[in-house]
Amino acid sequence: MDKKYTGKTFTVEILAILLGLVFLVPFYYVFSNSLKTFAEILTNTSALPSVLQFENYINAFKQLNYLKAFTNSLIITVASNVVLVVFCSMAAYMLVRTKKKISNVIFMIFVAAMVIPFQSIMIPLIKTTSSLGLLNSVWGLVIMYLGFGSGMTIFLYHGFIKGIPVELEEAAIIDGCTPFGVFWKIVFPLLKPITVTVVILNSLWIWNDFLLPQLVLQDASLRTIPMATFFFFGQYTKQWDLALAGLVLSIIPLLIFFFSMQKHIIKGITSGSIK
Amino acid sequence: MNNIKLENANSPVIKDKNSAISTKASLKANRKFKKAGLFTLFVGPAFLAFAVIVLIPFFTGIYYAFTDWNGVTGNVAWVGLDNFKYLFTEDKQFQRSFLLTIKYTLVAIILTNVVGFGLALLVSQKLKTKNILRTVFFMPNLIGGLLLGFIWQFIFIKGFESIGSITGLSLFELPWLGDEKTAFWGIVIVSVWQGAGYIMLIYLAALQNVPQDIVEAAKIDGANKWQVLRHITMPMVAPAVTISLFLTISSSFKIFDVNLSLTNGGPFKSTEMLALNIYTEAFVNNRYGLGEAKALIFFLVVAAITIIQVTITKKREVES
Repeated sequence: MDKKYTGKTFTVEILAILLGLVFLVPFYYVFSNSLKTFAEILTNTSALPSVLQFENYINAFKQLNYLKAFTNSLIITVASNVVLVVFCSMAAYMLVRTKKKISNVIFMIFVAAMVIPFQSIMIPLIKTTSSLGLLNSVWGLVIMYLGFGSGMTIFLYHGFIKGIPVELEEAAIIDGCTPFGVFWKIVFPLLKPITVTVVILNSLWIWNDFLLPQLVLQDASLRTIPMATFFFFGQYTKQWDLALAGLVLSIIPLLIFFFSMQKHIIKGITSGSIK
Repeated sequence: MNNIKLENANSPVIKDKNSAISTKASLKANRKFKKAGLFTLFVGPAFLAFAVIVLIPFFTGIYYAFTDWNGVTGNVAWVGLDNFKYLFTEDKQFQRSFLLTIKYTLVAIILTNVVGFGLALLVSQKLKTKNILRTVFFMPNLIGGLLLGFIWQFIFIKGFESIGSITGLSLFELPWLGDEKTAFWGIVIVSVWQGAGYIMLIYLAALQNVPQDIVEAAKIDGANKWQVLRHITMPMVAPAVTISLFLTISSSFKIFDVNLSLTNGGPFKSTEMLALNIYTEAFVNNRYGLGEAKALIFFLVVAAITIIQVTITKKREVES
């Protein structure tokens, strides 16, 4: 790590850029071919499109029922994040501040259950929750995300709240603040950094999740973006012009989210993984 | 709060000593009751959802692993260890999936970590483009496995064919997804492409914590670049290696989305990994009992990996 920018560093830089381009090649192929006619995709896969075919996007947008799928994904992601942040921050706060055995036991159960892979739960989950009316409903799915996400979310909040001094809360209680008031007015604003991390990690997971919504939501009108892409790709296999335009449409929201929140995302992911 | 104030206000009126004590006791009981109520109010909603969605299905699932449940007929019969016997003696596809998943996990963790560490070393240099490069290397990680699998389906089928005819390299002219061996490597390529950027971030954070004065001191003492890497950087980064290894082990072992969208287990179920095998058994063949038996084995392996991970990380923390 020399301070000077030497000829050697320049060589490394060129190599690194080439490697970066290799990483981007798949995106190039998908983007450029999504704007070609079917015949041109077959004959000229590597070249740039000769005439831009925006019809591909218009067709894919309609066939995917894109607006509906996007709205579904958005509602599910936002609602799940809200319930996860509200209920898990409250739970973690109480578990930290109640110095009793039961707090430790409950916390350990939440943490230990993070080990359970989804495949070990999904069969009874789908077969037994139908009796609770949670299947084929967006709200049912949101409750499921609360259940599945609670372990990780409580774990992250728990670690953060432990570092917050209790004196502030005690002063507020003496001033006659209710426990809810203490939590929402004093503690919750202090949790902002970890809330950002939690929301980013959960958003990426929920937005990209395929299997759970696929098992829970049966109505075509409830499909999320990954589900809609899955059915679309299955329906138009080898009809690359449509399939690729649909694929690009599915990727775009993620890229926008990434580039607008890049700093937070990288920070959130690094801190989330190390804990 | 209101109740307590009322009782406090009343208590001076009561002259009798005994009743004063009883008020004090009821005050205490009241407070305790309130605390328990508050505890339930704060912890209850999350725990209820967690119990209904995770705990109950998990434990009923263990029970179903020992039954012949098929989801259609109402009666579920206890069959003891029959499901497990069947899996280990007759179900060749399950055994094949199991071995394939282990093989895949080994290959994927080595490659993802080597590539990820290499990328971290690269972007921790004083490059002018290091920030853009970090973004580029990390970008695939953001997109879900399902979409990545579809992207690469096109690359393997059409992109490689085109690159092959331009460059004449026979490597690109192989029937990548149509052949058992290359399809396996196809899944590996996609998951390394997806995972390396993530692992890079973890190593990068660790590399940035390596104190520069130690590195400078070693250089003054005549250490070359390799010696610095081997004797200073590597030991300082060791905890990150543990974290990354286990993150990749459990994510590789649980691979599903890429498997489904890239090859769908094909050709001829030769690339069907465990998670996909469980899914197929349960939701395509409708043999829930058998699927649950597989899921239980799956859980035991994942749990074992995690327990080893936690023990090792804890041990390291104590040592350091």
